[in-house]
Amino acid sequence: MKAKPPKARKPAQALFQLRLYVTDENPRSRAAFDNLKSICEANIKGRYRITIIDLLKHPKLAKGDQILAVPTVVRRLPNPMRRIIGTLSDTAKVLVGLDLRPAKEARL
Amino acid sequence: MKSNPSKSTGSIVNLPKCPTGIKGLDEITGGGLPRGRPTLICGGAGCGKTLLAAEFLVRGAAQFNEPGVLVTFEETEAELKANVSSLGFDLAGLVKRKKIIIDFVHIERSEAQETGDFDLEGLFVRLNYAIDSIGAKRVVLDTLEVLFASIPNETILRAELRRLFRWLKDKGVTAVITAEKGRESLTRNGLEEYVSDCVILLDHRVNDQIATRHLRVVKYRGALHGTNEFPFLIGDDGVSVIPITSLALNHKASGGRIETGIPRLDAMLGGRGFFRGSSILLTGTSGTGKTIIASNFAHAAAKRGERVLFFSFEESPNQIIRNMRSIGLKLEPLVKKDLLRFHSARPTLYGLEMHLATMFREIDEFRPDVVVIDPITSLMDSGTESECKGMVTRLIDYLKAGQITSLFTSLTQGGAALAQSESAMSSLMDAWILLQDFEGNGERNRVLYVLKARGMAHSNQIREFLISDRGIDVVDAYIGPSGVLTGSARAAQGALEKAAVLASQQEAAQLKREVDRKQKALERTIADMRSDYETEATELRRIAEQVGTRTSVLGTERAASGLLRQADLKVPAHVRGNGKVNL
Repeated sequence: MKAKPPKARKPAQALFQLRLYVTDENPRSRAAFDNLKSICEANIKGRYRITIIDLLKHPKLAKGDQILAVPTVVRRLPNPMRRIIGTLSDTAKVLVGLDLRPAKEARL
Repeated sequence: MKSNPSKSTGSIVNLPKCPTGIKGLDEITGGGLPRGRPTLICGGAGCGKTLLAAEFLVRGAAQFNEPGVLVTFEETEAELKANVSSLGFDLAGLVKRKKIIIDFVHIERSEAQETGDFDLEGLFVRLNYAIDSIGAKRVVLDTLEVLFASIPNETILRAELRRLFRWLKDKGVTAVITAEKGRESLTRNGLEEYVSDCVILLDHRVNDQIATRHLRVVKYRGALHGTNEFPFLIGDDGVSVIPITSLALNHKASGGRIETGIPRLDAMLGGRGFFRGSSILLTGTSGTGKTIIASNFAHAAAKRGERVLFFSFEESPNQIIRNMRSIGLKLEPLVKKDLLRFHSARPTLYGLEMHLATMFREIDEFRPDVVVIDPITSLMDSGTESECKGMVTRLIDYLKAGQITSLFTSLTQGGAALAQSESAMSSLMDAWILLQDFEGNGERNRVLYVLKARGMAHSNQIREFLISDRGIDVVDAYIGPSGVLTGSARAAQGALEKAAVLASQQEAAQLKREVDRKQKALERTIADMRSDYETEATELRRIAEQVGTRTSVLGTERAASGLLRQADLKVPAHVRGNGKVNL
């Protein structure tokens, strides 16, 4: 699994910058990525960017975002920083944890 | 290998050790922590877990060339550096020189929502990266238990911790994990079940308002270790654990002697004073002159050019110097020459352990030949009896190991049995001088005697000692049928004896005169008698002559008258006689 190119099509007001920290390509990493992607597509389509970081290749980066558990998703932007760990199997928890509200709801 | 099989089997039996470099800890553990295995350090808040762990790392990097990784879960890198630098560790410098890596792991629970399966591979990756980047041999995890608060899923966490310790072993690093003490178990979250090789328990207790830290090796798999609780302290140079006793009694015994500065006392000790490197106890009630004798000893040693360290727990250095000046001891020049150093501290300033450690440090630094502790009993008040005995034992051990002659003064409470009250200490001492008061005749006098002096002939006499402005003078006490006489009674007894001698001298002279007189009288009588005799003898001769003359005259007259009457002569018969005339 390679770091994906930016998914954003048109940069709207709030761009979600998400980092997914994994170690190696394994079922758990795959599951986390798939779950994250589908949640984002469903809720913040076009306003997000996922960077996948393989800690085995970039161990230095673990320190910067205080990564202990993998997989971990870190919402770098918008502030404040949010994080969630696990395979992201619980969509509701992911939405709350990363505060990924659809644009319409956010405007209300 | 075959040439020394005993050595090779020895190394098989003994686990490889990783020296901590911490004073005392290596002695207790027989060389250090188990190399390549995790060690758990647990204890309550503020008992020095982090510090001990940090020191293990710092000393490893600085002394044993073993780089280390410090993973801290509680304190940031900056905080940690500041905290340990106050104890003389240059953590920042070691970090700069890439000898130590500090990794601050921080997770807030609010940040850590959990959805689905996960593991702690991130931690492993970080640790692995840190270890590999400097070739670390030592790892400290302080305090892993924070994970229990921040990682929501305990089942996963426990599985991961088990994996972590396995992984650390496989990695071959010597790890130290700190953990908070639990209520009933060693650690709050049962970390001890994962770390089975070595567990060290720290403890901070308050006794009589004085806090003492203790260290105990609860478990050390596959190695002999001291199982007792050892006091330890955190000083300016980090942690030092002081084993109660050195493992063996194997001090070198010196045959050299050290003079006391009081010639008469030396004379009482086989003429040459104490043994060098021995421990000397000086006991007495208050005012018997303990400090003075101790100061004399210190003064004499420093005068000879030896280094003397004087621990005073009652008087300030200035006070001692002033007081000793009054008896003619000039300590100040010796202090200026740095041959004599005073160290004064209030006994209640800190606990016994701290005192002991301070003394050790002073001794280490000053390297004295003679140490005076005045009085050891002041320290005794700040601990229980067994603690005190332990402390004195350790102190004496330490001093003897360094061949340092030590003089302890000890205050005996008035009225207490002298020998009994010191039972805790006396058996540890090589020589014991007892100072005592004698009251009587409306005065108080000081006497001293040697109660014991191992390995030398010593006087059994009680001596009186006088303190004057010229110093100490030991004189014979008068021992007679009425007991020991001291002071004026001794002087009076002396005068009495002198008078008696005088009287007998006079008596003798008198007798001599009498005899002389008698002799003269005798001679006179003899002379008289002789003159009498001579007179009589002379008289006798005169009479005899007279008789002779008269006889011859008579004869002549008869002859003449016979002639006249023409009578015949009968002369011849008369002449043949002895001159006497037979008529």
